[in-house]
Amino acid sequence: MYDGGKIITGIVIFLLFALFPIYSNFGKTYKPPKPDLNTPEIQKMEVKKCVEPKEYMRAEHMKLLVDWRDAALREGKRTYINSRGESYFISLQNTCMRCHSDKKKFCDECHKHAGVSPYCWDCHFAK
Amino acid sequence: MFEKALVGSKRYWTLIFVLLGIIFAGFITYLFQLKIGLGITGMSRDVSWGLYIGQFTFLVGVAASAVMIVIPYYLHNYKKFGRIVILGEFLAVAAVTMCLLFIFVDMGQPMRIFNVILHPTPRSILFWDAVVLSGYLLLNILIGWNTLHAEYKGAPPPKWIKPLIYISIPWAISIHTVTAFIYQGLPGRHFWLTAIMAARFLASAFSSGPALLLLLALLVRRYTSFDPGREQIQSVAKIVTYAMIVNFFFFLLELFTVGYSQIPGHLHPFKYLFFGLEGHGRLVPLMWISVLLAVFSIILLVIPPTRRNETTLTVAAASVFLSLWLDKGFGLIIGGFVPNPFERVFEYWPTLPETIITLGVWAVGFLVLTVLYKIVISVRESVGYEEVAH
Amino acid sequence: MGMDRREFLRLAGLTCIGIGVGGAQLFVRARIASSEFAPTDERLNAERWAMVIDLRKFRTEEDYQRVIDACHRIHNVPKMPDPEDEIKWIWTEDFEHSFPGQMNPYVPPEIEEKPILLLCNHCTNAPCTRVCPTKATFKRPDGITAQDYHRCIGCRFCMAGCPYGARSFNWRDPKKFVKDPNPEYPMRGPGVVEKCTFCVERLEKGKRPACVEKSNGAMLFGDLNDPNSEVRRYLAEHFSIRRKPELGTQPAVFYIIGGEDHV
Repeated sequence: MYDGGKIITGIVIFLLFALFPIYSNFGKTYKPPKPDLNTPEIQKMEVKKCVEPKEYMRAEHMKLLVDWRDAALREGKRTYINSRGESYFISLQNTCMRCHSDKKKFCDECHKHAGVSPYCWDCHFAK
Repeated sequence: MFEKALVGSKRYWTLIFVLLGIIFAGFITYLFQLKIGLGITGMSRDVSWGLYIGQFTFLVGVAASAVMIVIPYYLHNYKKFGRIVILGEFLAVAAVTMCLLFIFVDMGQPMRIFNVILHPTPRSILFWDAVVLSGYLLLNILIGWNTLHAEYKGAPPPKWIKPLIYISIPWAISIHTVTAFIYQGLPGRHFWLTAIMAARFLASAFSSGPALLLLLALLVRRYTSFDPGREQIQSVAKIVTYAMIVNFFFFLLELFTVGYSQIPGHLHPFKYLFFGLEGHGRLVPLMWISVLLAVFSIILLVIPPTRRNETTLTVAAASVFLSLWLDKGFGLIIGGFVPNPFERVFEYWPTLPETIITLGVWAVGFLVLTVLYKIVISVRESVGYEEVAH
Repeated sequence: MGMDRREFLRLAGLTCIGIGVGGAQLFVRARIASSEFAPTDERLNAERWAMVIDLRKFRTEEDYQRVIDACHRIHNVPKMPDPEDEIKWIWTEDFEHSFPGQMNPYVPPEIEEKPILLLCNHCTNAPCTRVCPTKATFKRPDGITAQDYHRCIGCRFCMAGCPYGARSFNWRDPKKFVKDPNPEYPMRGPGVVEKCTFCVERLEKGKRPACVEKSNGAMLFGDLNDPNSEVRRYLAEHFSIRRKPELGTQPAVFYIIGGEDHV
């Protein structure tokens, strides 16, 4: 093999980088994020429900927010009629954040875990 | 073929590392701009475009000018240009690269650049500019690289390259026409609202671009063993002469329309640029230098002995380039914004960080140019150059 | 396998492009089938929103400031320390510079010195929306020229296109220059263009624009296509002018400067 030493060194360095997530987390216990729903506004609710079912919100809230944004801003449609037929006023900071008023314990909890940093709150108030 | 760029003399590597150094300084400053915002530039609410967009506009012209070498060679079978046509095409590649980078550094939200493709808007001239510029870059890379590769292998270039070459001719005209349309279609900017702008853009492009090519060809002859040829350089000089005269003529047409009609809105930007307005005249010296250099260069180019003498020709080409850089890279953009829509005068001058970023982008262009020209010259040094019919 | 390095690199490059194009398809997606969007019930509607500013009714500096503050406060418009970075949605300028070319000599001093209230004209034929490469600024069916800060790439073509200087760019982060922000309304980040929106967020809640509300009747707002609307009746009774009508942009902000009362 030509340049065998160089090739093997290269492969080793590559593996060190590529496998970093595996060996750096090895043996650690997985701590799932626990978004906190304990805010005064949610406590007040008789039936605790979001604009759409929990499972859907967990998986698709970012898509829902993009749809909300486009409908409100670009089409002038500020009312969202959800799958249960209920109406909501479309607004991240005046509707979503009214209930989920603790951004740190709700939004950031999962976002940090997933390593994403959405820029929503660069402009929208978290309250 | 690219390996030719990886071996070179000490001088070659010194140039590469100096350019990389400037690029690095520009990049660091750009990160600073990214963090703070475009507020680190001299631009303002009133003069909302500046040096970056000026450079972009000027360099689109340099890029388009490759066509002045391509037309004689491919359409008129002027075989002598075979020696330099590749230099023109690769100059276009470097220039378009700089154009795209200047647009990028001018953006307030560069991370969203793909919104232009995600939400295509054909009624916006900027959309068309993005389309024609990227297309032109691709065309020149394909044409330049494939013809050079064929030369390297001692084979005729692939057949499919011929239609691309013919397409590249109107395409070159289109990039500068579309760029002029960015400005000349805006209702409230009197300085730009002139039907001759696209024509003037092309005339200035076909003088500044070939002037730069001429200077580069002289440099190549001086520092390498490849000679672009005396006759070739003289032919380029004639192109520069004609184009520069046409360009100056167009400028005089503008002056007549504005000066004789005396409509205040149209007159004010010219007054600001050449005499100053309401006590503000930062650009006055630059504009007069530009005009004087233009006249001076035309004199040197028109008189046959000074055109034939390569020393005076060098001075003339450098004057053309500098004159048009001042005129198009600076005066043209600022004149559109001063006075502002309220007929008030707020001036612009680039800041240091803005200048460093601009130099950084120019260095990227020169790096691309250096590497591409190095490949060309090494190929020519290894296989020699013969004039072949195409 | 008969493949040289050149061929391999070429194929690898093409594959990357293919994956890129395929990946882009992931961004194209549909909405939830069972949900719907609608305008709010209380929304004020018009075929073509327009504004009339009766400058005769602005008498003191306070009259102007009250209107400007009302807008800038609820919309979190920052007060930038450097005039080069200035952001304004509604502001004043003297007659000569508001209506360049229309200033005659020997006009009464009260006209010559009169501050004119300026804001986005929400032109019917808006050059800004024509030049925007991403439709970040666009015309709504009701005539409002809207601005989508999420989509704006900050190219500032719209600022070059606007003949009225109505657009401001965020040259740096504006947030720390907003004193006492209104928590009901968002802010803007650096690198986007902003301007007056004719208070779309208030229209959705059945309220007229903030400036109109605070003007004590000096500013009117209504449907230009409705002959019985307040603005149309007012325009029929008073001589009005618009800024730079010769450009064909069809501004929707009309000015009543004065004079006829004395005839």
